[in-house]
Amino acid sequence: MKYLLNNFDKAFESKIRLGVMSALMVNEYLDFNALKELMDVTDGNLASHVKALEKAGYVMVKKQFVGRKPNTKYKATAQGKKAFEDHLNALEKLLKERKNN
Amino acid sequence: MQEKTDYLKDISEIRSMMERSSRFISLSGLSGVLAGIYALLGAYLASLVLYRPDILQQLTGIQINVQYALFWLFGIAFLILILAIGTGILLTTKRAKNQGLKVWDTTVRRLMINLMIPLVAGGIFSLILVYRGFGMMVAPVTMIFYGLALVNASKYTLTDIRYLGLAEIAVGLLAAGIGKYYLLCWAIGFGVLHIVYGTIMYFKYEK
Repeated sequence: MKYLLNNFDKAFESKIRLGVMSALMVNEYLDFNALKELMDVTDGNLASHVKALEKAGYVMVKKQFVGRKPNTKYKATAQGKKAFEDHLNALEKLLKERKNN
Repeated sequence: MQEKTDYLKDISEIRSMMERSSRFISLSGLSGVLAGIYALLGAYLASLVLYRPDILQQLTGIQINVQYALFWLFGIAFLILILAIGTGILLTTKRAKNQGLKVWDTTVRRLMINLMIPLVAGGIFSLILVYRGFGMMVAPVTMIFYGLALVNASKYTLTDIRYLGLAEIAVGLLAAGIGKYYLLCWAIGFGVLHIVYGTIMYFKYEK
């Protein structure tokens, strides 16, 4: 049991962070607005969660200009993808174990 | 400590987010059926223009000069295209709204771009064929390019559309190989296949 809990990643405790990471697993890049549309959250809320993922080294940020508008793109890092997969595996293992008990 | 149901909810939310962020899933099957019906009506009109202008004249009073038959065919094709696209947008928008999804999001834009690349190439190629005097090849060529467009777009929407695309390519190649019955093959490719595909989609996802 202890081993399983160790694999639970603090970075994925929030629903929004989990959602952002899920979306970035299946998309090479997503920009800020696309993520906002998907999660249905406010700018500030999303920004703080993405910042947390960035600090953990799970998400890479690429800022650029489209015309005169700033555009921020996000990409999952290899480390982030691995952490997400570990988190999913831990979730599934835990569920399986509970089912058996 | 979280409860088991919370973990289950987490996993199902992850799945739905992965699906929702990468594929557009609101394509309406019913609009496929209607597009097929328009195509069949259009093919019938085109066959009258080509082979029985006398019947057309009796029905509508329009007399068609053989010289201008090509313009009539283009007009009919254009009308079907507009009708089919219009119906598709209307029904798909309605369906997305019912599902509580946004219609014009990243997934739709990606779907459109990947659909349009082979489609526009095929359209330009068809015009070149007409210009070079291979007008009859337009029927198989439009089917082949349309099929390629669907196969290409299938990565960004329901994967079932891939099989429709493969079927279109097969019918298009067959028509080109036979070298006649172009209009009949076109009616099968754009009419019958759409109706079959749309019906399957309707019962699979919308019922």
